[in-house]
Amino acid sequence: MQIVKKILEGDIKTAARFIRDIDDKMPNVSNVLKKLYPHTGHAYIIGITGFPGVGKSTLVDQLIQVIREQGKSVGVISIDPTSPFSGGAILGDRIRMQRNALDDDVFIRSLATRGYFGGLTASTKGVVDVMDAMGKDFILVETVGVGQDEVDVMNVAHSTLIVLIPGMGDNIQAIKAGILEVGDIFVINKADQKGVERTVRDIQIMIEIDQSLKRGEDKDGWVPKIMRTQAIAGVGTKELFDQIIVHRDFLFGEGIDYYKKRKYLRDRLELLDMIESKILGDMINRLEKSGELDEALGKMYDDNIDPYTLCDDIIERLLHKDI
Amino acid sequence: MSKRKIRILVAKPGLDGHDRGARIIARAFRDAGFEVVYTGLHQTPEEIVAAALQEDVDMIGMSSLAGAHLYLFQRTLDLLKEKGVEDIILTGGGIFPEEDIEKLIDMGTKAIFMPGTPLDEIIKWVRDNIEPRKGL
Ligand SMILES: Nc1nc2c(ncn2[C@@H]2O[C@H](COP(=O)(O)OP(=O)(O)OP(=O)(O)O)[C@@H](O)[C@H]2O)c(=O)[nH]1
Ligand SMILES: [Mg+2]
Repeated sequence: MQIVKKILEGDIKTAARFIRDIDDKMPNVSNVLKKLYPHTGHAYIIGITGFPGVGKSTLVDQLIQVIREQGKSVGVISIDPTSPFSGGAILGDRIRMQRNALDDDVFIRSLATRGYFGGLTASTKGVVDVMDAMGKDFILVETVGVGQDEVDVMNVAHSTLIVLIPGMGDNIQAIKAGILEVGDIFVINKADQKGVERTVRDIQIMIEIDQSLKRGEDKDGWVPKIMRTQAIAGVGTKELFDQIIVHRDFLFGEGIDYYKKRKYLRDRLELLDMIESKILGDMINRLEKSGELDEALGKMYDDNIDPYTLCDDIIERLLHKDI
Repeated sequence: MSKRKIRILVAKPGLDGHDRGARIIARAFRDAGFEVVYTGLHQTPEEIVAAALQEDVDMIGMSSLAGAHLYLFQRTLDLLKEKGVEDIILTGGGIFPEEDIEKLIDMGTKAIFMPGTPLDEIIKWVRDNIEPRKGL
């Protein structure tokens, strides 16, 4: 297939247009992804998440510099929210990543959530696979600026960075929601501002509590690290990247059992997710086309049949391909 | 299968320092249901075309006040061709001397919107003239 060949050669135009097809759920997509999959697994994937405005994009820009200085190639996926009112989106993360605009070894793609929850897009996994198959050494995934429990990126990334700013350590919401538990590295960005050490201490205590509650083999896992950065000035970003590499070496070295276990759980979740969205997409499509939904509502209004019965009936017939 | 979305790059080339106009149009496009990639100030044609290529947009809306517009538009069109993406449509908005508008259109710019053009009119133009690309 020509598309596959071109993507494997690293052709930007083909990759960019195929990514659009993934995003738009075009019918041919899974056939191409199947053929790309054997060529994936090379890239190291770094997730960057955190509340809006903490400096994720600025940090991504700095990480791009460090990666390029080492002669490695990089793909970036930047996600911004879709407006629930219009379905449109302003994708503005690129503004902070202009320095490498002309570097062919830096491929940046902005995506809109399109109603998908979890901080990513429905297409993210596929887009990661495309960039991986293109031969990118590192892939950086900047999630939409999240606040509550949108941490799907941990299922895609090898290393998950949680970006915070001074004064945020005591953010009880984040702690309650368990966001902080998915971080491999905590980045206290804007370290030029007041309150850094207080935030570091808060996170440190949280990590300690987390560790002390671990049992059995979980104790051999990774202990999250805390890094301080001033992304805007490039301060601490080289050290941050070095720490990511320490994490990578841990995952593929002494932590390999922990990594394999974690990977198994994530792959399982991903497969389930894929099946779920495919079944759902297919069934809803059939349902919408069939006109059964309006018919059911008719029965509800005219014959006084309750929606629970109607729902069971529709599912039954969907399963038997009667719809 | 979901409906294809129109993707537009809003760019602000040249040296003049503010991007109020570009931000307004980006916002209006979002509210019209388009996905808008916004790349900020001081973009060169090279940077604009590289972004358009990676982002797979259907259209570039270039906002320009500076005097170098003839060069900027011609260079952008040349680069689109060079990269094999001349199917990406170029439009412009801003203050242009009357006699240059024809030149811009002749070189391949699809539309020029002068200051004061109602946003609704621009959006209608996009809906009527830009079709999201067919799948690969
Ligand atoms: N003082 C200070 N400001 C910073 C630092 N890093 C980033 N900023 C500023 O913080 C603001 C937000 O930065 P972004 O990189 O856009 O933040 P973001 O997390 O990507 O934002 P969203 O994508 O909107 O969620 C910008 O004005 C940056 O210049 C830093 O180290 N110190
Ligand atoms: Mg950002």
